[in-house]
Amino acid sequence: MLLSLEPRGQQSRAMLLLSPLLAGALTLISGALLFAALGNPPLETLYTLLIMPISDMYGVTELAIKALPILLCALGLALAFRARIWNIGAEGQLLVGALAGSAVAIQLIDVESRWALVLVFAAGVAAGTAWAGLAAWLRTRFNANEILTTIMLNYIALNLLQYFIYGPLKDPAGYGFPQSAMFGDASRLPILFEGTRLHVGVFFALLALVAIWVLVQRSFFGFQVKVLGLDRRAARFVGFREKRLVWLALMVSGALAGLAGVCEVSGPIGQLIPQVSPGYGYAAITVAFLGRLNPVGILFASLLMALLYLGGEMAQMTLNLPLALTGLFQGMLLFFLLACDVLILYRLRVKLPWQRQFVATPVAKGA
Amino acid sequence: MSYPLLKKQSFKKLLCGLTAALGMSAALSASAQEPLKIGFVYLGPVGDHGWTYQHEQGRQELVEHFGDKVKTTYVENVDEGASAERVIRNLATSGNQLIFTTSFGYMNPTIKVAQQFPKVTFEHATGYKQAKNVGTYLARTYEGRYVGGYLAAKMTKSHKIGYIASFPIPEVIRDINAIQLALNKYDPQAELKVMWVNSWFDPGKEADAANALIDQGVDVLFQHTDSPAPIQTAERRGVYSIGYASDMCHFGPNSCLMSIVNDWGPFYIRTAQQVMDGTWKPEDFWGGLHDDMLKLPISDVVPADVKQGAEKIIASIRSGEFHPFTGPIKDQSGTERLKAGETITNQQLASMDWCVEGLKADMPK
Repeated sequence: MLLSLEPRGQQSRAMLLLSPLLAGALTLISGALLFAALGNPPLETLYTLLIMPISDMYGVTELAIKALPILLCALGLALAFRARIWNIGAEGQLLVGALAGSAVAIQLIDVESRWALVLVFAAGVAAGTAWAGLAAWLRTRFNANEILTTIMLNYIALNLLQYFIYGPLKDPAGYGFPQSAMFGDASRLPILFEGTRLHVGVFFALLALVAIWVLVQRSFFGFQVKVLGLDRRAARFVGFREKRLVWLALMVSGALAGLAGVCEVSGPIGQLIPQVSPGYGYAAITVAFLGRLNPVGILFASLLMALLYLGGEMAQMTLNLPLALTGLFQGMLLFFLLACDVLILYRLRVKLPWQRQFVATPVAKGA
Repeated sequence: MSYPLLKKQSFKKLLCGLTAALGMSAALSASAQEPLKIGFVYLGPVGDHGWTYQHEQGRQELVEHFGDKVKTTYVENVDEGASAERVIRNLATSGNQLIFTTSFGYMNPTIKVAQQFPKVTFEHATGYKQAKNVGTYLARTYEGRYVGGYLAAKMTKSHKIGYIASFPIPEVIRDINAIQLALNKYDPQAELKVMWVNSWFDPGKEADAANALIDQGVDVLFQHTDSPAPIQTAERRGVYSIGYASDMCHFGPNSCLMSIVNDWGPFYIRTAQQVMDGTWKPEDFWGGLHDDMLKLPISDVVPADVKQGAEKIIASIRSGEFHPFTGPIKDQSGTERLKAGETITNQQLASMDWCVEGLKADMPK
């Protein structure tokens, strides 16, 4: 028996919707087999990984908190990626956003006016934008490859952050440990529900989601970005200004990453610490592609990614499952999701040996 | 199938009430002997050496000691950002009565969750904030560094000692100072060279730093990082090394002099016992050789007479007869920090941001 992939010639609309479901089913089956083979009750393990983390209100709010920075970064990245501008620098843009926001917040610890929060956010977003702007400038002025510059700017951002935490922004009452003072209440994002950590940052994310959706799907700018991504020469022929598009795409994604960073420090953390981001900016790259660069897809992808993190913690806590095993499960899910997407452009054909002579070549050509 | 709900405690109360109403006193006495649930939050993966591994060893010692009387859970790879608070809180909601948070970055989340769970006991490693139900604990690694400094002084031929440092926090500065104090006493012409790698674990950078130090003539290598790379590099290049956190000497069988090992087990056992007995009180616990929180296995690379000298220092520190930070001690600028005969306080150790006289290296600002 032979399996072969045949190009469909065009996207299959059915598979566009079916592929994630198929991937989900495959993951559940192979996950159950894996857990059973290792001596863990498969159903209970899957329940612990996927449902228990969000089985109460607190869990749902924590899911939102975990997904928030990834979602914000991924939305911005999607815009850049659509224009084939490979911004790998969301991590760095997030870190500078957090750094600049904190620098302002620490000056305003005793301020009680809500304007403090506005200033903190303005600083964070501006810093993220500027950091991405650096890459845009290098690209448009010197034609420097943005993949390299954005990666390198990540390291510079991390070192800048460390310099400030060990230096000017260090809490003078903190025994020399690398952390800033706690922010004043006015610089903290208001909490939405008592007893949880869910803050108004989720509204920013929803706003960003709608804005990016309109920008990408419904605006002339989005159309230009799409053309630029599909065919750079065509874009030039019709007179789209490539440099302007590069600047805008990078700055929008930098602004969103900066927003993510400042949301973290003024939201759940409440101070500047060296570990502001456990790699949200990099996770966002996966999420952007997992969501097929579509804002709604990205929303689901970021929630899924966050759920996998929470599930991993839960499985360790209630089942004493090693983290490596849940890591394996997470990898499996991502693999199936991407693998099943092959079926959108290709169809699977089974050739049985005795059929070989009947599979006439014209059929293959026609497809 | 019933699954553990997060609001387990209120469920338990309900069950207890029901069983009591039914007169099933046996069930009640059984629930009184329920195992003490203990949770651990780890910074890294458990692995097979290093900081988190030592805490995991401590947890296993605890389980071995108490058997069925405890039920432990750990969560590894918990980042010190926004996730810490969720993990600590979930450990508390799922019924753990004692929770150890084993890295500095968990300090503020631990304090915050502790306020919401006044009946749960928390112990936070290396921090400085205590509360009604939060204690802190810390190993006096500087005692090991002082002994290491003695070994280095006796073994070096080039009179150049290297130190691969992570971050300029008080713990690291304390340890560097302790080595310098030993060198001042046992080999005043020796120079301590410090190289910062700005990481707790980065085998590549640690190996680079080790090579750079050896190129500068260093022939005894200390590390304040978690990977075996410095010891392996020292072994390959034929210079001595001293391991940290775990007993790492098997990575350098011909060159490793000693390891400064954190042993958290005795402390975990004692704390759990106190919580069971209801005698636990929050304190700022500093454990050293005296409390078995620090172990200093000396390898056979060290000649017998030097080993004897080291054992003598270890014994005098353990008995409390000698403290590495005993005056007169001056800092780099020549200002007297401790008067003759004066012993340093924990407070001074906890906030140490100055270098002792004789150290040529500067702290990064």
